[in-house]
Amino acid sequence: MRLVAVTSCPTGIAHTYMAAESLEQSALAAGHEIEVEAQGAAGCVPLAAGTIAAADAVILAADVEVRGRERFAGKPTISVGVRRAITDAPGLLEQAVAAAGAPTPTAAASDSRGDLGGAGAVSARPAGPVGPEGADPQPRGFEPVGPERVRREPLGSRPVRPDPVAREPVATHVRRWLMTGVGHMVPFVAAGGILTSLSFLLAQLAGRGGAVALGGTSLTGVATGFDPASAMEWARLLFTVGAAAFALLVPVLAGFTAFAIADRPGLTPGFVCGTIAAALGTGFLGGIAAGLLGGFTAWWVTRWAVPSGLRQVMPVVVTPLVSTLLTGAALVVVLGRPLRAVSTGLAAWLGGLAGLNLAVLGVVLGLMMGFDLGGPVNKVAYTFATAGLAATSMGAARGASGTASLEVMAAVMAAGMTPPLGMALASALRGRLFSEPERESGRAAWLLGASFISEGAIPFAVADPWRVIASSMAGSAVAGALVMAFGSTSRAPHGGIWVTPLIGSPQLFLLAVVAGACVTAGLVVTLKSTRRAVAAEQALAGAAGPTR
Amino acid sequence: MSLITENLVVLDLAAPDRHAATRVLAEALNREGRVTDLDGFVADVRAREDQMATGLPGGIGIPHARSEHVTQASLVFGRAPEGIDWGAADGPANLVFLIAGPKGSDEDHLSVLATLARRLTRPDFRRSLLEAPDAAAVVEVVQREVVGA
Repeated sequence: MRLVAVTSCPTGIAHTYMAAESLEQSALAAGHEIEVEAQGAAGCVPLAAGTIAAADAVILAADVEVRGRERFAGKPTISVGVRRAITDAPGLLEQAVAAAGAPTPTAAASDSRGDLGGAGAVSARPAGPVGPEGADPQPRGFEPVGPERVRREPLGSRPVRPDPVAREPVATHVRRWLMTGVGHMVPFVAAGGILTSLSFLLAQLAGRGGAVALGGTSLTGVATGFDPASAMEWARLLFTVGAAAFALLVPVLAGFTAFAIADRPGLTPGFVCGTIAAALGTGFLGGIAAGLLGGFTAWWVTRWAVPSGLRQVMPVVVTPLVSTLLTGAALVVVLGRPLRAVSTGLAAWLGGLAGLNLAVLGVVLGLMMGFDLGGPVNKVAYTFATAGLAATSMGAARGASGTASLEVMAAVMAAGMTPPLGMALASALRGRLFSEPERESGRAAWLLGASFISEGAIPFAVADPWRVIASSMAGSAVAGALVMAFGSTSRAPHGGIWVTPLIGSPQLFLLAVVAGACVTAGLVVTLKSTRRAVAAEQALAGAAGPTR
Repeated sequence: MSLITENLVVLDLAAPDRHAATRVLAEALNREGRVTDLDGFVADVRAREDQMATGLPGGIGIPHARSEHVTQASLVFGRAPEGIDWGAADGPANLVFLIAGPKGSDEDHLSVLATLARRLTRPDFRRSLLEAPDAAAVVEVVQREVVGA
């Protein structure tokens, strides 16, 4: 086994070198090759890039920040306090060997608990700023065990970053990366969503067109014309700030997903790709793709064997430049056209459905609203509804068709409200099926769903895409169909329950929303419970496996 | 000037706790004129010790500091037959090295201290220090193993 290590301590004259010596001696005794970079006061000879590239695992035994940590991105890494390398170098080496993929008895346990570990690590620091490593989940198998060891190594329990090339099931890895992205995204969803909800409420109280009038709000308009005496202006201000927070939702998701894969080098391509994905209107599914693409590209670039002269500028210049250019360009060129084709195709198809049975149209619109929660498909359905609404209010269409377009608007709004409400309900009723960040999102999702902010369900959808999306589509379809069947109408393009005065037959409208949310919640709980049962079976099978 | 001399060896180190022991060793440095401010230096070592006790398995304590009060890199060796609790998990320390590094870059001396730190992890080095009959023998072991290495 080839290993590399970095040791460092605050003073840099004693522990750093003792740790280095212990690791070298113990590795020799155990028959491993190791090179140690002692980052101490007596000068530091950096590890050669080739040595790092050839290493099977990395040990960071440090009580202060490891310099050049990004050189090890993507490698199986054990991070502990420096004393651990002095007191228990053989054990540490064993841990590194295990991390490098040699079969160990703990592997099965770490696999079956991987998704729990991911969720738990994200939730471990819900409050306050999360450090660079803060939200990185780690496999349970490698955590320092017991409070005693943690106490003796205050900086010793940094996360283990597994090699992206899977030893655990790929799905477990992907889930962990996505959970890192979600963990960082949740506050943006909550802040943006609640601000937007409050702006609707305030605008409705202010009268003068109510929440509908917020539609034309622009940042520059508010910035130059803010009037503290006007409640409507306050509503616009909240709306603008909320929109700014929402604009970061996809970039943050992509950026921190990429960070989970490639450490710091992943941030730049991840955020840039996420911003491109957001600008292209891809929604959260595009954000996931952007994060994975950016992360893997950065991970790949950091593994290039470069001449030592270039190594200095790799983390600052070369890696961000190359990885961002490659992924950003790929995203723009590859994703742009198909997305546009899908949007125009769907819009044309939906236009053709206009003459169809209204309840069927409600189902279709509901399925679309529930599918990508603010993504391109959702946008097509929403645009279809608002275009009809605009035509009606301009008087271009009157009579029966006019009422129909108001019903379409109501159906779309109800279908957009049910996904967050359904998730809020499910996470409140069956909390143990959800991770802590999901339960936090669930508490905010009540308000977001009630305000017709479908994005409130995104944290759930990223964490467990197909179960959540399937449930969300089903509930939205029910809500859409019911609204159409009841004949409720809406003259407001947004606002949820805050625009109730503009809704025709509001009781029936709310009934449809509640029914849809119950369907979503019931379905997601059922699907997640099934997964738990399957996972438990697999764990049992895995435990029995080694005897064969 | 050498890192350690016979005047910097205390073979019968006894003190109620590790801070008092550190002070005894630091006084040797003061007598030799290797620190400009005894209290200041002891405070610097104490600050490091308060971050985390420097006791290590194998009965070792390595109080240390890089301090502006140190005029030259020095090593004070203390042997405590009774043992002094230095915060190590496996028991009190019998071998104590007070490591004094001057502030600023003095890489030659610092690399000697680095070598000492590396040697301390080796049982045979520790044994020869425990069994050294007098101060001269201690100095000889350190010179051979660390400075000459």
